[in-house]
Amino acid sequence: MIVQPVLVVAAALFSIGIYGILVRRNAVMVLLSIELILNSVNINFIMFDTMLADTMMQGQIFTIFIITIAAAEVGIGLAIVLMLFRNRQTANINEFDLMKW
Amino acid sequence: MEIFEVVIYFILLALLSTSIRVVTTSNVIHAAISLVFTLALTAILFLMLSAEFVALVLILVYIGAVIVLFLFGIMITRAPLGKNAELDNDKNKKLGALISGSIFFLFSYILINGFDGEVVVSSGSSTELLGEILLSRFVFPFELVSFVLLAALIGGITLARKDEALVDEDQI
Repeated sequence: MIVQPVLVVAAALFSIGIYGILVRRNAVMVLLSIELILNSVNINFIMFDTMLADTMMQGQIFTIFIITIAAAEVGIGLAIVLMLFRNRQTANINEFDLMKW
Repeated sequence: MEIFEVVIYFILLALLSTSIRVVTTSNVIHAAISLVFTLALTAILFLMLSAEFVALVLILVYIGAVIVLFLFGIMITRAPLGKNAELDNDKNKKLGALISGSIFFLFSYILINGFDGEVVVSSGSSTELLGEILLSRFVFPFELVSFVLLAALIGGITLARKDEALVDEDQI
């Protein structure tokens, strides 16, 4: 009964995150939007885990793995943003166009 | 059961509004705080779907650590605090809305047509079983992911550290 609304809201969170990635200028804000996307995936995993009543609880286990990987991703991402800021004095991703032709 | 569904719908609505605020607000600190609310509501949703360990991990890791890291990142990169009209790329707004809207409609079409079912929320704790499965069947990925986390920590420190030999004095 409540399966479909939760899944649709997870899809909405995913697309809101995509919108944030496309629109934001600040690199830290782009990382925030990536967190929204990962969060929507977590909601999907938990919803399917509860819906299927899996005895191995693989949905919850994968969610824990995703949270761990997301923490690692944020650490690396912020370190890269910090390096970019140190070298270019800005966190505006429009100015990181060294590889643009 | 009726109250359960009403509460779930309320959480979903709040989740939508806070997550929209994350990507539309013109204040960087407000975006981070809205992400805190989004994650807290997600944790409540997980609690109601009887995944209490994941909910607590979400609160501990995300709200406790990741958001603090984000706030540090915002402050270190000297993002202008307060309202900032330059935060969004206005040229991309229409395109971004189009792309994300089409992704949303595609996903929700597939999900609504593909999946439906009853949710049986079990009473009692599932954490004990989760721990047993995590350390028996999934022990190898568990150890692997801890190694990945360690490697990412060391990589992050190495990247963010000021390397005295390479960096000019006047550059910082």
